[in-house]
Amino acid sequence: MPTMNMLQAINNALDIAMAEDERVICFGEDVGVFGGVFRATSHLQERYGKSRCFNTPLVEQGIIGFANGLAAQGSVPVAEIQFADYIFPAFDQIVNETAKFRFRSGDLFNVGGLTIRTPYGGGISGGLYHSQSPEAYFAHTPGLKVVVPRNPYQAKGLLLSAIRDPDPVIFFEPKRLYRASTGEVPEDDYQLPIGEAEVTKEGTDVTVLGWGAQMEMIDRAVEQAEKSGISCEVIDLRSILPWDEDTVAESVLKTGRLVIAHEAPLTGGFAGEIAAAIQERCFLYLESPIARVTGLDTPFPLTLEKEYMPDHLKVYEAIRASVEF
Amino acid sequence: MTTTEDVHALAFMTGDEFHIPTYRLLQQDGTLFEGAEVPDLDQDRDKALRIYRAMLTTRVLDERMLAAQRQGRLSFYMQCTGEEAAVVGATAALDDTDMIMAQYREQGALVYRGFTYDEFMNQLFGNELDYGKGRQMPIHYGSRKLHYMTISSPLATQIPQATGYAYGQKMAGEGNCTITFFGEGAASEGDFHAALNMAAVHEVPVIFFCRNNGYAISTPAHEQFAADGIAPRAFGYRMHVIRVDGNDILAVYRATQAARAIAVDKNQPVLIEAMTYRLAAHSSSDDPSGYRSRKEEDAWREKDPILRMRRWLTDKGWWSDDEEKALQESLRREVLETMKRAEKRPPPPLDSLVTDVYADVTPALQRQLDALKRHIRRYPDEYPKGARSLDPDVRAEDAADKPADDDQGGA
Repeated sequence: MPTMNMLQAINNALDIAMAEDERVICFGEDVGVFGGVFRATSHLQERYGKSRCFNTPLVEQGIIGFANGLAAQGSVPVAEIQFADYIFPAFDQIVNETAKFRFRSGDLFNVGGLTIRTPYGGGISGGLYHSQSPEAYFAHTPGLKVVVPRNPYQAKGLLLSAIRDPDPVIFFEPKRLYRASTGEVPEDDYQLPIGEAEVTKEGTDVTVLGWGAQMEMIDRAVEQAEKSGISCEVIDLRSILPWDEDTVAESVLKTGRLVIAHEAPLTGGFAGEIAAAIQERCFLYLESPIARVTGLDTPFPLTLEKEYMPDHLKVYEAIRASVEF
Repeated sequence: MTTTEDVHALAFMTGDEFHIPTYRLLQQDGTLFEGAEVPDLDQDRDKALRIYRAMLTTRVLDERMLAAQRQGRLSFYMQCTGEEAAVVGATAALDDTDMIMAQYREQGALVYRGFTYDEFMNQLFGNELDYGKGRQMPIHYGSRKLHYMTISSPLATQIPQATGYAYGQKMAGEGNCTITFFGEGAASEGDFHAALNMAAVHEVPVIFFCRNNGYAISTPAHEQFAADGIAPRAFGYRMHVIRVDGNDILAVYRATQAARAIAVDKNQPVLIEAMTYRLAAHSSSDDPSGYRSRKEEDAWREKDPILRMRRWLTDKGWWSDDEEKALQESLRREVLETMKRAEKRPPPPLDSLVTDVYADVTPALQRQLDALKRHIRRYPDEYPKGARSLDPDVRAEDAADKPADDDQGGA
């Protein structure tokens, strides 16, 4: 099985989707001949022509407006927003149009073919505007699906699912891991389920939950915790919307403790939603308060990024505090 | 791409260099301007009458439904009054399978394509036969079979979508185009600029049809933009453009017909600015007396596009006063009958609250719906519409009430 980094896995998924279905069309800023600023769309224009892989003008609301229309027509657009920090000019098109297209028309029309790919997250010295994790904004919007992969294998399988899913999907790519994360990825076509979390490690004392790049921090923290004799169950949520309440609740009923970690700020972050839902379902089984390890309620910093990040040490401390409560 | 030459003397351009004429064929008395080239409509009695009937059908619907709103039978309404020639004329110049992505004041386009009064009423009353399942406010029509995209309230969002839709049509290679309608106010939104620029760059068969009707709710056009209307913006995108008298059915029809040829044959977008006037209020919730004079409205009433076309048809011997009277009477009767039918129909079932959010109802939504049903069963009198859905006996009675001639299949 070949080894790929996350960008190669994403590029491979796009290649498979475009080869299989000529309605699949990739576009965005610098996506064409250059292959995207991160090179996720490398060689796709060469292989499939300028009409199926192309640069757009620099206008995010236009990219998503165009993509909505194209999807409504029956094509399968894969639109790239160069950084998730720059998705907000398209917020109206995503929240008021993409998400509501099927519902408001009584299913006469839909934009289910649409996938929006966008790199998110910190750890690359990107400062305020190349580091944000805006998943919670979109989790508040019924009609969207929100997916975040943690490694190359997950990225390929989840992206192929997103492209073929009958609903519009925002696919957040952890850009810190684009080249840093490598692993075995089958060359063949495969899909991973949207809306299903994955238990990546079983344990008995505490459940530790995250998604995307945060899983790497969690794995390091868990390694340290296990050395101190704490048995951790680790869950990668994978889909933020819809999210897999059952898998998380089942795990917490067993361990009695839950630590949730994400890079986005604390207030209004998706950990709050998970904590609320899980305390409803597991109240009498909880041994300690559900803990959140997150970014601070500040804009994303630059020089003090390391201090800001919910890194493995902060996650480890939260695990320890939860068990020792 | 920029082509430029050097100069060595300071000289600004002012933005006033462009003067855009208005294309007009038909005078208000129903005769053609001297030198006006007659479009093929002159030789096509059936099509001319289809257009006229659609305009009149729209006018009567609007008059009656505003009255119904005033009587409290309807929550909200928006009229196309004064702009029927712009909307119906443009639609008639297209192929009936071309896509229409409208703003919200273009019911004339739907009428022209054959949307029935029953279909209008079902949407207006949000009953169980509404294709939109009672989810949107009145006037948010949509029809897949008539290639009319469901209306969405946010302004201008349909414009870049039209660019994308038309790009897909170009890829499909079936010779279709998309027309998108919007007002001169909506053209201030960023989506307008995004759409026109992308359409020009990507060579997309789309027609941008601006209804410059003078007002965005209360804001007059001169407070919306400093330039000479919307048309000059086309130069910034290197796009074909024409300004047309929007109350002149022949000019609108001919201009859109030619625009369609440019769009479909050359894969180039076209901007049409139709100069017209919103004779009615913005909506049933608006009162124009607070921001414009009766005198101004009366002056535009003199330019009524329906009257103008009727005079032309009469001169040609294609339409008579008797036919006019008979059609108006039958339309009024039909509005009342269809309205009564639609009012009586039950609302969409409770389950439709959670369907179509996604292709399939998610487990979380199903749990929420189940909880809601338990709650409604506890307080059925407080939620009569939902309770009716939960009680099969009530449903059976409704079914017995239904008219037997109900045959509205296919959206």
